[in-house]
Amino acid sequence: MNLPSFLSPAGLLGLAFILVFFGLMIFFAASGRKQPGRALRTISAFARLGRAVGLAVEAGRRLHVSLGSGSLNGLESGSALVGLTILQRIARAASISDRPPVATSGDTLVALLSQETLHNTYSAIGASGQYDPLAGQVSGLTPFSYAAGTLPVIYDQQVSATVLAGHFGSEVGLIADAGERSGSLVLAGSDNLPAQAVLYATAEEPLIGEELYASGAYLHAGPMHIASLRAQDVLRWVLVGVILAGAALKLLGFL
Amino acid sequence: MKISVRLLLAVIVMAVGLVVLLGFFIDLPVLSVLRSVFLRWAVILAAVAMLVGLFNLAAVHWRKMGSRQPGSFYSAVLLISMVVTLVIGLFFGPTSTWSLWIFNYIQVPVESSLMAVLAVVLAYASVRLLNRRINLFSIVFLATALLILVGTATIPGLEAPGLTELRAWITQVPAAGGARGILLGVALGTIATGLRVLIGTDRPYGG
Repeated sequence: MNLPSFLSPAGLLGLAFILVFFGLMIFFAASGRKQPGRALRTISAFARLGRAVGLAVEAGRRLHVSLGSGSLNGLESGSALVGLTILQRIARAASISDRPPVATSGDTLVALLSQETLHNTYSAIGASGQYDPLAGQVSGLTPFSYAAGTLPVIYDQQVSATVLAGHFGSEVGLIADAGERSGSLVLAGSDNLPAQAVLYATAEEPLIGEELYASGAYLHAGPMHIASLRAQDVLRWVLVGVILAGAALKLLGFL
Repeated sequence: MKISVRLLLAVIVMAVGLVVLLGFFIDLPVLSVLRSVFLRWAVILAAVAMLVGLFNLAAVHWRKMGSRQPGSFYSAVLLISMVVTLVIGLFFGPTSTWSLWIFNYIQVPVESSLMAVLAVVLAYASVRLLNRRINLFSIVFLATALLILVGTATIPGLEAPGLTELRAWITQVPAAGGARGILLGVALGTIATGLRVLIGTDRPYGG
C-alpha cells in the first residue's frame, strides 16, 4: 500500500502512537469515573510530601519548589510542566499558611508560568491576598548560577521541604545537599539521567525514572492524571513486548 | 468575561499545539509554514520573557536588600554586578573585550569553583547514603560508581587485570540497558504531560 506523499512511514507510526496514547487516556478517564478509587502503588516520597505540607503549615515554615533550569521550548519542558502541577497542588494545600510556597526556576518562561500558577491557584480558592508575584522567581540563568541562586532560598527562608521537579544537571547535588543541611525534606525527580544518579545519592526521597511524571496522580491533580498514568503503563508493556520480539527476531536471524 | 478569556487562552493553546504536533508528523506545506511561524513567535516570546525574568531577579534581590534579610549583602553584590554587566554589554556589545573579560575571568571561574565543590558534595553524599538508606540498591549503586571511577582513572602500576574490560561491560550492557529503560519511561511521561496540556486538562498558563 502506497502512503500519500505527505506521510512518511515514521510519521505515520508516530502519529498512530500519539493517537493510541490519547485514546487510552480518554478510555481510562471514562472507566475511572465508573470505577473510582483504584489504588496506586505506594511511593513513600508522595506520602511524606503530604505530611510535610501539613507540618509546614502548622510550624509556619515555607515549602520550596525548584523547577530546574530547563526551558519550555525543548524536550525538557515535560518535567517543568510536572513541576508546575506539583507547585499548584502544594500552593493549594498550604494556602492557609502564613508563609506561602516559593518557586525557583532557571528559565524565565517557567518562572512566569510559576507566577501564573500561584496566581490562579490562590484566585480559585478565594485567597488572592496570598499571592506574591516574587514567590515565583528566577534564581539564575545558567545551571550553576541557578543552583547558586537557589541555595539562599533554602538556607534563609525557613524552608521545611524542598521539592525538586524539573530538568537539572549534576549541579542539582548542590541544591539537594543544601536542603539536607538545612534539615528540610528533599523530594526530587528529574528527566535527566545524570541528575537522577546524583539525586539518588543526595536526596532523601528520590523519584526514580518516570515516577516524577506520576506526581499529578499521587497529588490528586485530577482524573486525567491517573488515566494518563494507566495509559503509560499499558504502552510500557507494549514497548517491552516490541523490544523482546525484536530481540528474538534478531536472534533467530529474521532482522 | 474572565471565563471567556480563559476559554480563549485554552483554545489558542490547543490549536497551536495541535498544528505544531501535526506539522511534526505530516509533511504538508501549510502545516510546515504555520509550524515555523509559531516556533518563531515562541522564540520572540522567550526573549521578552528573558527581560521580564531579569526584572524579576532584580526585584527579588532589591526587596531582600531593602528588608535587610539574611544574605542581603550578596543581593547588593548581585544587583551591582547585574547593572555593571548590563551597561558594559549595552555600550560595548556582548562580544567586546570587556564583556568577554567578565565572562572568562568572573563567570567561568565561579562556575568552575562550584563544580569543584560539587565533586566534594557528591563524595560526601555517597558516604552519607550508606547511613541514610542502606539497602541492596544503595550498595550496588556505590560499588558500581567506585568500579567506574577506578576503571576510568587507573593508578599507574596498580591496574587490576580486567578492570577496564569490566568498566566497559558495565557501561555498555547493564548501565546502557537501564538508562534506555528509564528514558523510555521519561519519554512516555513527557508525551502524557504534553497531551494533557494539549487537551486542556493541565493549564499552567491560566486558561
